[in-house]
Amino acid sequence: MSIWWVMLVGGLLTFGIRFSFIFLLGRMDLPETARRALRFVPPAILSALVLPELLMPAGHVDFSLYNPRWLAGLLAGLVAWRTKSAPLTFLAGAVTLVLLLTLFPAAP
Amino acid sequence: MIGVFPFGMIYGALALSAGLPPAAAQFMSSIVFAGSSQFAAAQLVQDAAPPLVIVATIAAVNLRHMLYSASLAPYIKHLSIRWKALLAYLLTDEAYAVTIVHYQEQGITASGHWFYLGAGLALWTTWQTSSAVGIFLGAALPASWPLDFALPLTFIALVVPALKDRPAAGAALSAGVASLFAYALPFKLGFLVAGLIGILVGLYLEGRR
Repeated sequence: MSIWWVMLVGGLLTFGIRFSFIFLLGRMDLPETARRALRFVPPAILSALVLPELLMPAGHVDFSLYNPRWLAGLLAGLVAWRTKSAPLTFLAGAVTLVLLLTLFPAAP
Repeated sequence: MIGVFPFGMIYGALALSAGLPPAAAQFMSSIVFAGSSQFAAAQLVQDAAPPLVIVATIAAVNLRHMLYSASLAPYIKHLSIRWKALLAYLLTDEAYAVTIVHYQEQGITASGHWFYLGAGLALWTTWQTSSAVGIFLGAALPASWPLDFALPLTFIALVVPALKDRPAAGAALSAGVASLFAYALPFKLGFLVAGLIGILVGLYLEGRR
């Protein structure tokens, strides 16, 4: 499957999801448990995608200063939590990353 | 809408650095038209995940739109199927947020669906334009920039402010920790398994209250 098919199928599925109850209305409704579970899907999936990116860039968990990503990510997370501001989150993450990359250029 | 523009630009630039051809990156913005899932897809393209995993991830991240669909359905049930299809295509987080408030205050009016259409089209135009600008600028950025770090930063900026209560925070945290242990699973399936664990933890924490 080429990348174009991936986009097309992903797009059609997304449309199907958006159209679902608008189309079906009156014939069925979402069960209560599904309703409650849906709220947790984006934070759970996105967090499962991002944490390995930050903590194990080389395929194993690396908490040393030669992996600047986890510290930069942690700082960005704290800023996002306290300020809820996307620009400040990016600034905190980027500045920390560049600083650590300069101070600790490569693993010994 | 203004807040959406930078995210669209970042998406465009990132999609290129993840290895998507410019036309495919723009195609995704038009046909999928859902920010978080596009970022997730770009990440998975960069990790060379199998097509089925990418498709499943796009669907999973967008599954919440089913809630919006169920919530808006009563207000547009009198419209023709063409109108319903068009409005469903334009159903994003942002369009939903303003449209549901409008309907809850005004009820079903003769012009309600025009309000929805206007909100949807405004966001659509913003997203297409900002993606294009990002794709254009992304091609000009030096390759030495650690641009791939913008992806985790985007997720952090999107997810962390949305963690408004303990069950949501618990879902994100447990999914993140589980993903570290499930990382070795083949076909990048680990993070989907971890996501499922997070959802179950969220449900459990919510049920205990």
